[in-house]
Amino acid sequence: MIITKGITKAYGGTVVVDDVSIALPTRGITSIIGPNGAGKSTMLSIISRLLGMDAGTVTVDGMDVTKTPGDVLARRLSILRQDNHMSARLTVADLVAFGRYPYSKGRLTVEDKRHIDEAIAYLNLEDLRGRFLDELSGGQRQRAFVAMVLCQDTDYVLLDEPLNNLDMKHAMGMMKLMRRAANELGKTVVLVLHDINFASWYSDYIVAMKDGKVVNHGSTEDIINPDALRAIYDMNINVHEIGGQRISLFYD
Amino acid sequence: MADVLMMARRRVEPAHVLAILCAVAVLCVVLFMTLGARGSWSFIIPFRGAKVAQMALVGYAIAVSTVLFQTVTHNRILTPSIMGFDAMYVLIQTTLVFFIGGLATATIDPRLMFVLETVLMVAFALALFRWLFTGAQRSLHLLVLVGIIIGTFFRSFSSFMQRIIDPNEFAILQDRFFASFNTVNSELLLISSILIGAVSVVAWRIHSTFDVLALGRENAINLGVDYNRVVRLILILVAILVSVSTALVGPVTFFGLLVANLAYIMIGSARHRHVIPAAALLAFICLVGGQMLLERVFAFNTALSIIIEFLGGVVFILLILRGAAR
Amino acid sequence: MLRLPLAAAAVFALAIVSLFVGVSDVSIASLVSGGEDGRAMMVLLISRIPRTLAIVLAGMGLAIAGMIMQMLARNRFVEPSTAGTTESAGLGLLVVLVFFPDMPLIGKMIVAAVFALAGTALFLRILREIPLRSVLLVPLVGIMLGGIISSITTFFAYRFELLQSLGSWTTGDFSSVLSGRYELLWIAAALTGAAWLAADRFTVAGMGEDFTTNLGLNYRRVMTLGLGIVSLVSATVVVTVGSIPFLGLIVPNVVSMLMGDNMRRAIPWIALLGAGFVLVCDIVGRLIRYPYEIPIGTVVGVVGSAIFLYLLLRREARYG
Repeated sequence: MIITKGITKAYGGTVVVDDVSIALPTRGITSIIGPNGAGKSTMLSIISRLLGMDAGTVTVDGMDVTKTPGDVLARRLSILRQDNHMSARLTVADLVAFGRYPYSKGRLTVEDKRHIDEAIAYLNLEDLRGRFLDELSGGQRQRAFVAMVLCQDTDYVLLDEPLNNLDMKHAMGMMKLMRRAANELGKTVVLVLHDINFASWYSDYIVAMKDGKVVNHGSTEDIINPDALRAIYDMNINVHEIGGQRISLFYD
Repeated sequence: MADVLMMARRRVEPAHVLAILCAVAVLCVVLFMTLGARGSWSFIIPFRGAKVAQMALVGYAIAVSTVLFQTVTHNRILTPSIMGFDAMYVLIQTTLVFFIGGLATATIDPRLMFVLETVLMVAFALALFRWLFTGAQRSLHLLVLVGIIIGTFFRSFSSFMQRIIDPNEFAILQDRFFASFNTVNSELLLISSILIGAVSVVAWRIHSTFDVLALGRENAINLGVDYNRVVRLILILVAILVSVSTALVGPVTFFGLLVANLAYIMIGSARHRHVIPAAALLAFICLVGGQMLLERVFAFNTALSIIIEFLGGVVFILLILRGAAR
Repeated sequence: MLRLPLAAAAVFALAIVSLFVGVSDVSIASLVSGGEDGRAMMVLLISRIPRTLAIVLAGMGLAIAGMIMQMLARNRFVEPSTAGTTESAGLGLLVVLVFFPDMPLIGKMIVAAVFALAGTALFLRILREIPLRSVLLVPLVGIMLGGIISSITTFFAYRFELLQSLGSWTTGDFSSVLSGRYELLWIAAALTGAAWLAADRFTVAGMGEDFTTNLGLNYRRVMTLGLGIVSLVSATVVVTVGSIPFLGLIVPNVVSMLMGDNMRRAIPWIALLGAGFVLVCDIVGRLIRYPYEIPIGTVVGVVGSAIFLYLLLRREARYG
């Protein structure tokens, strides 16, 4: 369980995350949605100790993220940010293998190699194993990064806007993969998403943020309805039920 | 520096700024000519006067070439020296000595050599022009980096050739390679003045296009400027000016950057009719005033170029930190 | 996988060639005959072997230092001479010469290393402050910072009449290497080994701060380790033979193009190529104007800046 208590972060007078206390459910997919500048990515960075906070605490399974040794936490929780510009020239296999770094510190064991092969297979990257990252398309590169994070084999997987730069087909593929990881591998997946229909279709739980605060959270049904969405986005959004799932229409 | 910024904030009239600069320049000359003067005036006046004349020529050449170069390339961190012009000049000098031979070169009239070197410089400027303005739009940072590396390459190559030249022959030429602000290159003063005069006449005839060019290529073409022709002409003028200043005092990397940017700040607008004289006056003040302070007040000599390099480097980094290098 | 031993053999062969190049006659025959009271053997032991070793050690060390810098700054165009490191080491050396001229070589090196560390840290600090950071702006800032630092050095060298000693560190030169005056470079060799041991850390750091933290490493500590190695290597090289520009830039770039940036795999290649490159440049510098010698700094300056230009423009061609 990831629990935040009163986390606050300000940049020179502007409060980006404002006293957020929330417990994210274990297992399944939790999506964080909200308008631009709501503090979603900042909160994800604070939870994953990439960013320090001005006040508050974050615990993952009872471990305080600011006090737990980095490598211990790296075996429990992994994070992928959205812009993964990399100047180092690495092959896909190299990159994925670094997912095992928290366990083996670079001396790969047979067990590690199994994890690497599995992660590569899971994301259908077998043909691209030996290719350098700078030779891949944006979608392929994104898959390679996700493979690294999965190879890290953590209970919690945090992804910041993983659908950025992906076309519809790849975005859907990515979300299906997250679904599988949650269902088959029993992982807790936390995503920052912009597209509320992706959130609606694939999530078990949704957290809505606005102006640095959590304004609502609950099951998909609790959040994806016109009243709740109006409160989040300040606009009228129609919600239709299609094939048992809720789809929002927000085009005038 | 603080006064300068204050001036910029109060938005002093450009004409007043120029008047103040003129006054400071005159003051510097008077002090330079008189301070610590001992002995007969008939010796001091021509001796120090030649120095002042050389510094005036050099300051003018560096300031004008830098401002024009920045107008043509549309940014304020590129200067001819940063793009390797100075180093090119030294390389040309060395190459000529290498092929003609040191002893033979020493017997050739230095003025003839100077003209030959200047012609080669113009050829280099034209080659650079082709690369800069044809083909893909290049990023500013690539240009600067390539310029710096070309400069390093030219310098290394020059010293490489200087090593290959017979050490005895090289010794004869050392004087020519290493000039400073403080030693007057009297042989070249007259021809330099003539060249600078000619450049100024040409520049004056096209000066109305400068402000238009600063608006950018597309806008300039839209307003009816024959862009390629004017830019090519300006680069030729720049090449000649750099040849003059390098021949007289040797390479000075950051001086142009320093005075051009000070001039932009003090004038507050990009109008060339104000910026160019301001930059030239500032350059002159820096050279004469700086030399006077170092020589007469602090009593150490020829370190001026080092101090200028230091200040210029600091200005460069400050410009980048302020996001000027877009 | 046989290629690595082959490359090692090639570098070894170059080293052997380097032993037999020089003004004084040293050949197999003269060594065996021991003529002239074993003079040939003496030249070999006192001058030639130390020189060749110094070349190999400095080449390896600088190439590895360049690689580490590129990983830490996450920029392909950075190396000790484009980040103010070398120039800071020179300033440190000047300070020692002015205030403690009698300090032993090891002390000089430590002071130079401390200055190098401070200079590089300043460079990284400035980088953090730059609003718009482009790939090419990074080396530009480094070169400018180096220029500022070296103008300070020149200023004081001028005042204390040390310009001549200054010249000997700004242009690398192996001609004065003798037995007893190069051994500090073994420190560079040891550091190269240490870099190999920590290879994975540097690869991870090259992926960025977020990745490093995600994988459970302390980013700050990896940075400190890397900066320490880079500063010490630069300082030892500057103190013993003077600066050799561009070496740390070209070699890692070539290796990266050929085999990528997984440091564990790349480091042996970088070390070998670094040594080989300097050996070739040194042999060229000794032969081209025989019996005079062209300093290695000049030869590498010419060859290195030409290759750097090629790398820059090739990159442009690739990405438009």
